[in-house]
Amino acid sequence: MEVTLRHLTKRFPGRGKNKGQEVIAVNDMDFTIPDGELIGLLGPSGCGKSTALNLICGLLAPTEGKILFGDQEVTGIPAEKRGVGMVFQNYALYPHLNVLQNIIFPLENLKGDQKLTREAMRAKAEEVAELVQIRELMDRRPSELSGGQQQRVAIARALVKLPRVLLLDEPLSNLDARLRLKTREEIRRIQQATKITTIFVTHDQEEAMSISDRIVVMKDGVVQQIGRPQEVYDDPANLFVAQFLGTPPINVFDARVESGKLLIGGEPVMDTDVAGGSPVKAAIRPEGFEVDPKGPLSCRLKAVEVMGRDVSVVCEHEALTGAPTIRSIIDADEQPDDEMRRSGVVRFSLKPHKVLLFDAETGERLRGAGRDKRTFAGRS
Amino acid sequence: MADTGRDNMEYTGAPSVKERAVKILTMLLLVLWALVVLFPFYWMILTSVKGYGAYNAEYIPKFFTLHPTGENYAEAFSAVPLARYFLNTIVFTLVTTGAMLIVITFAAFAFARLRFPGRDLIFVAFLALMMIPNELVVITNFVTITNLGLRNSFTGLILPSVTSVFYIYLLKENFEQVPDNLYYAAKVDGTSDLKYLFKVLCPICRPTLVTVTILKVIECWNSYVWPRLITDDPRYFLVSNGIQEIRENGFGRENIPAMMAAVVVISLPLLVLFLIFRRKIMEGVARGGLKG
Amino acid sequence: MENRDYKGYLYLVPAVLFLGIFLVYPLFDVFVYSFEEGYNFASQTYRGFGWYNFRYVLRDPYFLQALKNTLFLVFITVPLSTGLALLLSVALCSIPKVRELFQTIFFLPYVTNTLAVGLVFMILFQKTPYSDGLMNLLLSVFGIAPIDFIGGPYAAKLFVLSFYTIWIVLPFKILILTSALTSVDEGLYRAARIDGTPPGRIFFRITLPMIRPMIFYLIITGFIGAFKAYSDAVAIFGVNLNAAGMNTIVGYVYDMLYGDSGGYPSYASAAAILLFAIVLTITTVNLLVRNRGRN
Repeated sequence: MEVTLRHLTKRFPGRGKNKGQEVIAVNDMDFTIPDGELIGLLGPSGCGKSTALNLICGLLAPTEGKILFGDQEVTGIPAEKRGVGMVFQNYALYPHLNVLQNIIFPLENLKGDQKLTREAMRAKAEEVAELVQIRELMDRRPSELSGGQQQRVAIARALVKLPRVLLLDEPLSNLDARLRLKTREEIRRIQQATKITTIFVTHDQEEAMSISDRIVVMKDGVVQQIGRPQEVYDDPANLFVAQFLGTPPINVFDARVESGKLLIGGEPVMDTDVAGGSPVKAAIRPEGFEVDPKGPLSCRLKAVEVMGRDVSVVCEHEALTGAPTIRSIIDADEQPDDEMRRSGVVRFSLKPHKVLLFDAETGERLRGAGRDKRTFAGRS
Repeated sequence: MADTGRDNMEYTGAPSVKERAVKILTMLLLVLWALVVLFPFYWMILTSVKGYGAYNAEYIPKFFTLHPTGENYAEAFSAVPLARYFLNTIVFTLVTTGAMLIVITFAAFAFARLRFPGRDLIFVAFLALMMIPNELVVITNFVTITNLGLRNSFTGLILPSVTSVFYIYLLKENFEQVPDNLYYAAKVDGTSDLKYLFKVLCPICRPTLVTVTILKVIECWNSYVWPRLITDDPRYFLVSNGIQEIRENGFGRENIPAMMAAVVVISLPLLVLFLIFRRKIMEGVARGGLKG
Repeated sequence: MENRDYKGYLYLVPAVLFLGIFLVYPLFDVFVYSFEEGYNFASQTYRGFGWYNFRYVLRDPYFLQALKNTLFLVFITVPLSTGLALLLSVALCSIPKVRELFQTIFFLPYVTNTLAVGLVFMILFQKTPYSDGLMNLLLSVFGIAPIDFIGGPYAAKLFVLSFYTIWIVLPFKILILTSALTSVDEGLYRAARIDGTPPGRIFFRITLPMIRPMIFYLIITGFIGAFKAYSDAVAIFGVNLNAAGMNTIVGYVYDMLYGDSGGYPSYASAAAILLFAIVLTITTVNLLVRNRGRN
């Protein structure tokens, strides 16, 4: 099922000290999710992503705009008639019912010619339990299950009525790190097996990047960028997106462009075809540094952290903004030599495609005239 | 999940006719019961400001009065010793509550923080005492107080109600939530147990102490049965007994407006207390403060 | 670190002393009293031990009247007040905007003096030569002839007493049930809505099971409380409940102890023990029913 959002906006009346003012939780969301894709709605907490999810499932009504499932407009249709399945952050399993009863619960609500016999319900429940691999847990109560198992039950309950759209609200946030890794692969597998259009909300960029077909990055209710994870990572539309994606985070410098050169701390470090004049922010991915005794960028070496395959070089530079230190990731066999360690100065040359320039005022991406001018990637 | 508040989680689209009807019916139900609750209060205030003659002339009761009068309040304080009942109740309430706070604080502290042989066993025995109904023990207490010659005295009124197993339990649970380290730190600094209790534990657990105090004050202000058994001298009557006395032989049975004035005066302190400490009181009662 | 000494006992002395004198000793003593036959309060002597006090109480028409009144009161007010409290609590929780206001209003009877407000009820329901009273005015709208609720037919008196009892006990029940209702995880309701669960089914399949323990708690404490009814009756019908025919078991106990008919602690003890035998039985039955319902 293709899901289309048209100029979707949600405003809440302000509360507490903001009384009287309106809070815009979702501002003019406008995009289409192709049928069968897994979409990650990503952003820091308070960015409106959960509100967006609640608008799509129908627990909230939009202030403006439309929602379409396929060709059908569902904006005015209440949640229960939209045919969506939802997995809640804390799973919301009925504690007094066992796993089987929990999974069957949505089926028991069907009326009219959709009504199923007990046996049919059971068969359907068994089928989806098989899919999420919880067949042997059918008699247990939710309190007797681990977090990961509860998660699977919640997914099974959302899937059993064959929803047109599956929604997951921070599905992994209540799991420990190891289980999170396993479960996200599991969600991917189930989604690919069912081919149900799936939207999930998360604040964890790594999680979103790893399993989504596309990610939607949001901030303050506004969609910043939509695209395939790698595209968004390589080619962020603005400084916020660049900083939000990637671990370790991107390194941001106060810089200038003058006569075709990028200057960091007054030193020319790289050629660029971005128009010069005003101050810019130069953001460099950790993997964009190369240790080079003749390199143009000179930093004070703080530490070298060896992590096996990679080495992380931690250093300082006066033009750095935001974070106190630069973190660069280099191959283990390119470590700074003894000379550099002794002098405490390390020099880098930069990989041009890992250096991104942004307007210092607006944070908008600055693109060179000569290079291919990619706009919002993947807007379909 | 700071994006949406809990109460925003309502589908705010246009409600159906059925939903609207249910909502209206629900509202009606709430308003109806609110009227049932409020009406007696309205009626007692209304009656208390009606003149004696005017009230008795109303064969069909009137729902308002155009000539409110304060004479009934004057009558209530002059014809019967209402001020005396009031003062008695205040003394009784303050002394009982104060004494109880001291007794339960010591006991709760012993159970929560000190170590001595048989502590847990004694605590279980205490808990078992919670199941003893007051009505069973009041008989012997009546005899005990009578034999001690303490009828018609504040001592006799107060003594049996200065301990409450339930409040000891409540306070002990609260004391135990204070980290042990604080106690050990105080010990290392050479603080005595008593000083630790009053300078550290009690201030930290103030909310619970306040809750217990409020609940006990309500209980004292409304107590009727024990004072009735133990006093027959009006000089020691509390407001509950006072109002009963007024009803039986007070203003002459028919002076209802004066009676209502007395009822208003008696009800007022608790209502004011409630309006000030509304949250605290409701929280405290919800935490298990069973009435009676 | 451990303070293993005997100082702890010192802190317990006041509590143990008071509880011992006014709670533990009386508990045993009441049984002793109940078996002492022919106890004379003035001389504090008795004839012998036996079941006479129980036999006397069980044959006493006043006790039987009190028992009947109490049972009526219990079986009328407990189901009605619990049901009404549930209805009002659900209503309260369904309109969050006005919840706080109505919750405050509904709580008012809890902080009133039972005796004082009872007088107001008496006036509202009383029929005197001077006035039929407000309640009768209301009834006359429906074409019902005036009834004397305070001094008239038994059913009318029982109605007033039950009504006042419910009025008094409802705040506590509403408070407990609303807090139980609001503590149900909101996510469950959202999940149920998305699955298209109709409101009735949500109530019976999710809400009720989730607050079941609290409902049982209220029923059990409600039974215990209603069996101990006394002040409400005094508030409405005056001190001489036997004359009004509206005495309760607890009232009978106190009357035996004190007042015009008093001076018989043995009869009082026997009646009190009978009362708690009944309460204990009912509570046990309740618990059994609950445990069976669970399995």
